[in-house]
Parts: sequence; structure tokens; C-alpha cells
Amino acid sequence: MTATTTRPGGSVRERPPGRRRPRRRFTGRDRHDFWVFLALVLPNVALIIAFAYRPVLANLQYSLLNWTLGSPTATFIGLDNYVRFLTSPSSATILWTTLVFTVVTVGGSMVLGLLIALALNRRVPGTGVARAAVFSPFVLSGVGVGLVWLFVFDPTIGVLGSVLRTFGGTAPDFFNNPTLSLVMICVVYVWKNMGYAAVIYLAGLQSIPRDLLEASALDGASPTRTFFKVVLPLLSPTTFFLLVTSVLNSLQAFDLIRIMTPLGRGTTTLIYEAYLQAFGGYNRGGYSAAVSTILFALLVVFTLVQLRWMEKRVHYA
Amino acid sequence: MSTRALSPRKLADAALSAYVPLVLAVLVVVFPLLWMVFSSFKPLPEIITQTPALFPSDPTWANYATATERLPFGRVFANSVLVTVIGSAIKVALAVLTAYGLVFVRFPFKNVIFAGLLVTLMVPPQVSLLPNYTLITSLGGADTYWGIILPGLGTAFGTFLMRQHFRTLPPSLLEAAELDGAGHWRRLTRVVLPVSGPTVATVALVTIVNEWNDYLWPLVIVSRPDMMTLPVGLTLLANVDNRAAAYGQLMAGSVAVIVPVLIVFIALQRHIIAGLTQGAVKD
Repeated sequence: MTATTTRPGGSVRERPPGRRRPRRRFTGRDRHDFWVFLALVLPNVALIIAFAYRPVLANLQYSLLNWTLGSPTATFIGLDNYVRFLTSPSSATILWTTLVFTVVTVGGSMVLGLLIALALNRRVPGTGVARAAVFSPFVLSGVGVGLVWLFVFDPTIGVLGSVLRTFGGTAPDFFNNPTLSLVMICVVYVWKNMGYAAVIYLAGLQSIPRDLLEASALDGASPTRTFFKVVLPLLSPTTFFLLVTSVLNSLQAFDLIRIMTPLGRGTTTLIYEAYLQAFGGYNRGGYSAAVSTILFALLVVFTLVQLRWMEKRVHYA
Repeated sequence: MSTRALSPRKLADAALSAYVPLVLAVLVVVFPLLWMVFSSFKPLPEIITQTPALFPSDPTWANYATATERLPFGRVFANSVLVTVIGSAIKVALAVLTAYGLVFVRFPFKNVIFAGLLVTLMVPPQVSLLPNYTLITSLGGADTYWGIILPGLGTAFGTFLMRQHFRTLPPSLLEAAELDGAGHWRRLTRVVLPVSGPTVATVALVTIVNEWNDYLWPLVIVSRPDMMTLPVGLTLLANVDNRAAAYGQLMAGSVAVIVPVLIVFIALQRHIIAGLTQGAVKD
């Protein structure tokens, strides 16, 4: 798991046991290394401080202002932006949309990803090609993908409607019905991301010792029983990792929503609300910053809660 | 792979349990992409129809030509290439230099600095959107290349992957070079980099794909069509009253943004998949 990488260890120098090394003098070589290190690391660190750390604090500051984006002046209004968000009826809809979108897309891509991984894990020829094909949407532009699926889903001239009509159905109005718009976004998001879950699950499946599965089969367990009693529990670290990364990714989904449903009718999640408020014609800088800060707080809280939960519950193989 | 020949029973079994879901999954993935490519060559009547066919019966370049009339398409494509190449080159260089410093140069609190870098992976770009927009526009960076490139240059992900790799290199390799009197620069360019090709390639590929597809930041910082990158330009193309008539052009635009990445992915998929899934699987 990624967490292990933050553990110190690489730079700890070995020391003979029982003997304390005399404190080294600050040598010319050390001083040289000091400057070399700064020259190597400082540009990257400075960029990250300027464009990743500073914005988090600046956002907090903006969120306390009544500030029209582009205006040179702003008034301090305390927590009014937060109060306005939490008491506005449209916010309940936005939070609900965020929840539905996250649960459906995370669940959808993980379940489909696991099913595909199980198929890929069979030792048959052609799985390498299939693995690459299923993974490919993950690296494609969300804007390009969104446009392609808009054409497929188009209620009048889309190929989906045409196929449904040949079977006697009608084309659902994905563009004007808010609920169907959300369904559409979820489908495309799962299509784009299930390959990632599949590849991660495949790696998890391949790390399961074969004799464990053979032992289970020898004990007379059916494949289904083996799957639920042996395979799935052994996959729980993988499932946990995917759950966290997928939730964080879904909470940040933007490209598809922006290109497929620019007005956000039925598809306005927290992040899209933050974008719309600032850049969707309202220019509400302070309010948008408050929504962003709420989203950021959610991401942090979710990560921390999950990290605690992982320590207690997940079974490590 | 098993060396046993498959019996007909087993073959049928394998086909049902593995090939059927796999073929289904591959078709679901590939079909929209094929639909995009073929539709981009369809004349208008074959786009605006209730009974569409996969293949264009009368293929034409007209959609590409129309897209070029509505948007400086060559320029937009060149913008995307420029921003991707420059942005990725700097990011990969920063990742290599930072990781080398973190692993091979003596300095106090290196792990704290590394942890500080990793924490930024948790800061979504959306949260930094508004403050970065205010800063870059106040510096005159709206509608400029540096304004598009600069805020995304700091790299935690690339540094992370490079550091992971550098730590697997045997220390004796560098100690020998140090005894020979090689300074840090020569150790990096003559010893470390020559044995790090695959990792650098992986970081570069992942970075290139991400830069090419980047959307939210260029969308807000660019408003002039001649400064747009492809995803932003496509947003402009999609912004029409009669979208049905524009699908041909939109598919042509989607081809331009999707197919280059698809070609790179097909050629180098092992590196790309490894890079994007690294850290996910226990060692």
C-alpha cells in the first residue's frame, strides 16, 4: 500500500552497536551537500507551496469574504457563506447528488472491475489484449469521451435510441430529464474507470496463493463458496485501497459533468457547484471558496476515517 | 500459461466463463471509440438520421474542415502539443532532481520534506482553482502559455515514483562513483540515470497523458480561441445551438484529442498501466 512509503528508513545510517559515534563536525562536504540539496529540491517544493499549499489557506480566507470574482474589493462576512450554503434548499439537492453519484460510480466500477478481473485471471490466451483494451478509457480525455457518449445517448439521433427502437422501445430523454442525466453521467464515468479497478483487482487476485484455492476445492467447497469465503476476504486490502481512491476520484469528477451537462441540471455535485458559482456566470468568489473548502474538508475527513478503519478491520493476507 | 493442451470440454468451459465476459467488456469499451472514428467521416445526412450505421457509406473529410473553420484547429492542436511537451519535460526533470536529492544527498529532515510533498496528493486541483486563478491573472498569465503551464509544474507523484526507484539502486554503485571523485551531477547523469530508463519513461508517459488531457485549469485561465488547448477548444465547439448538426465536427475533435493518446497507449501500455497503478499493490 502507498502508506508504507512514508515510513522513514531510507536515510537512517547504520551505526555499530554499543558504541556512540562522536559527533561529526560540520564538514565542507556536508555544507556542499546542503546547497546541492536545496538547488535540487527547492524549485519543486517552492512550486508546490505556491500552487498547492498556499491555495488551501487562500481558499479559507476567500470563504470568509463577500467577494465578486474580478472585483478589487471584498467585505469580511465571517461564516455567512457557510451558513448560506448549509441553509439553502438547493444545497440538500447538491449533497444528495454528490452522494448518489459517488456511491453509484464507486460501487459500479468496483463490482464491474472485480468481475472483469475474475475473467482476466483465467489462464486463457488473449487476456493481455483484453486487459489493455478495458484499461484504455482510463487514460483518454474526459472531454473527448464525454462528447462521444453525448452522441451515443442523443435522444433523437443517438445510436442507443436507434437500437432501443429496433427492439420496440423508445429512446430515453437523457438530456432534459435531470434523473436520466445523472444516470448518463454515472454510466460514462463507470465506463471510463472500471478498467482501473479491474487491473488493481487482477493484481490482487494474482497474489492469492494457488494452493489456498486448491485446498478449498479439495475440502469440497463450491467455486461460489470459495469466492465468498476465501477469495473476497483475501482481497480486502485491495478492496479497501480501491474504495478510498475511487471515492476521492469520484468526489473530484469534473470533465464529464462539465462537457455532458454544462448547466448541471440533476448533475451538480459539490465540485461542480464550486465551479459554477465562480466561473459559471455568477462570479461569486467567496461563496465558491466556501463550497470548495467544504469539499476539501470532506476529502480530508474521509481519508482520515478510512485510515483508522483500515487499521482495525482489514484482513491482510 | 499452462502447457497442457485444452480438451474440447475445457475449451468450451473456458470460453463460457472467461471469453464471454471478456469479449462483452472489450466490445463495450471499443464500440464507442469505433463509433467516434467512423462518425467523424460521415457526411451530415448520415449523422442526422434515426437509423445510423457504423460505417460511413460516403466518407468525407468535411467534418474536419468545418471544425477547422469554427476553431483554429491546427493552432489548438499545436497548443496542446506545446503545453504537453514543455510541461511534461519540466515536470519529469523536477521529479528526477527532487528524488535524487531526497535519496542521495545528505540533508536533515528529508523524510519530513518528502511527507510534505506527498500530502499535496490529497489537495485536489479544484480546491486550488480560485486562488491560483486570482494569482495567475494578477500576474498577467491569462491567455498565455506560461499561465497554463506554471501552476501544475510542481510534482509530488513523479517524485514519489522516482524516489521509490532510486531507493532500490545498490548504494555501492554510487559509492564507487564518489570514490572516483564524481560530483553529484556526474553521479546523477552517468550512474543513476542510465540505469533508470524504464522508470523515467513511466513517469514521463503518465505525465504526458495527464498534461494532454488536463481540462479544468486551461478552461478557466484561457478564453481566447487561439490560446486554447484541445479539450478547451472542444468545449467551444460543443457550445452550439443545434448540436445535432455539430456531432460530426465534435467527433472529428474527439478523434484529435483521443487518438494520439490511444496510439501511445497501445504502443506502451505496460509502462502506462504500471505507472498509473504503482503504489496500489503491495510489494
